[in-house]
Amino acid sequence: MSEKTLTRMDLSEAVFREVGLSRNESAALVESVLKHVSDALATGETVKISSFGTFSVRDKSARVGRNPKTGDEVPISPRRVLTFRPSHLMKERVANGKKR
Amino acid sequence: MIRSELIQKIADENPHLTQRHVERIVNTVFDEIIEALAKGDRVELRGFGAFSVKERDARTGRNPRTGESVEVEDKKVPFFKTGKLLRDRLNGKA
Repeated sequence: MSEKTLTRMDLSEAVFREVGLSRNESAALVESVLKHVSDALATGETVKISSFGTFSVRDKSARVGRNPKTGDEVPISPRRVLTFRPSHLMKERVANGKKR
Repeated sequence: MIRSELIQKIADENPHLTQRHVERIVNTVFDEIIEALAKGDRVELRGFGAFSVKERDARTGRNPRTGESVEVEDKKVPFFKTGKLLRDRLNGKA
């Protein structure tokens, strides 16, 4: 079987199936989950979802980068980046999922 | 923020739903992502980010304490790439 790409629609469909709310409300609630996670991260907060994983915001300091094509030096401004650390459960499920 | 706080926030906004319902909704979202990745599928959530599976080749590793070499099997690991909108929001641009 070739791999698929799931979207918000598939997550809403799962909520619709599992919980039995209307499709519209299921979609709104999926959106609400993503919104609350994003809002917390935007304020710099760490979001820790047990047995799923941890999203944390890291501050990167300014550095000098290089345009790989021209070799020119370009200043890279300080920025915040998001890192995701998967839970043990997720790592295990992914590692064992298709193999055996 | 932890899972229970996320559930509480959504429950507060949806007084017509019970706490149990909201718990099941939030759990379904995260479980569905894990199930998809376990099958080797990708989950793409525009504006938020994309979860995917990366394959790591087998390699010869080394026990850092003893210096002995060990064969590390090829493996699959979960990977998350932040979406553009969220990345911009982290940097106060959206």
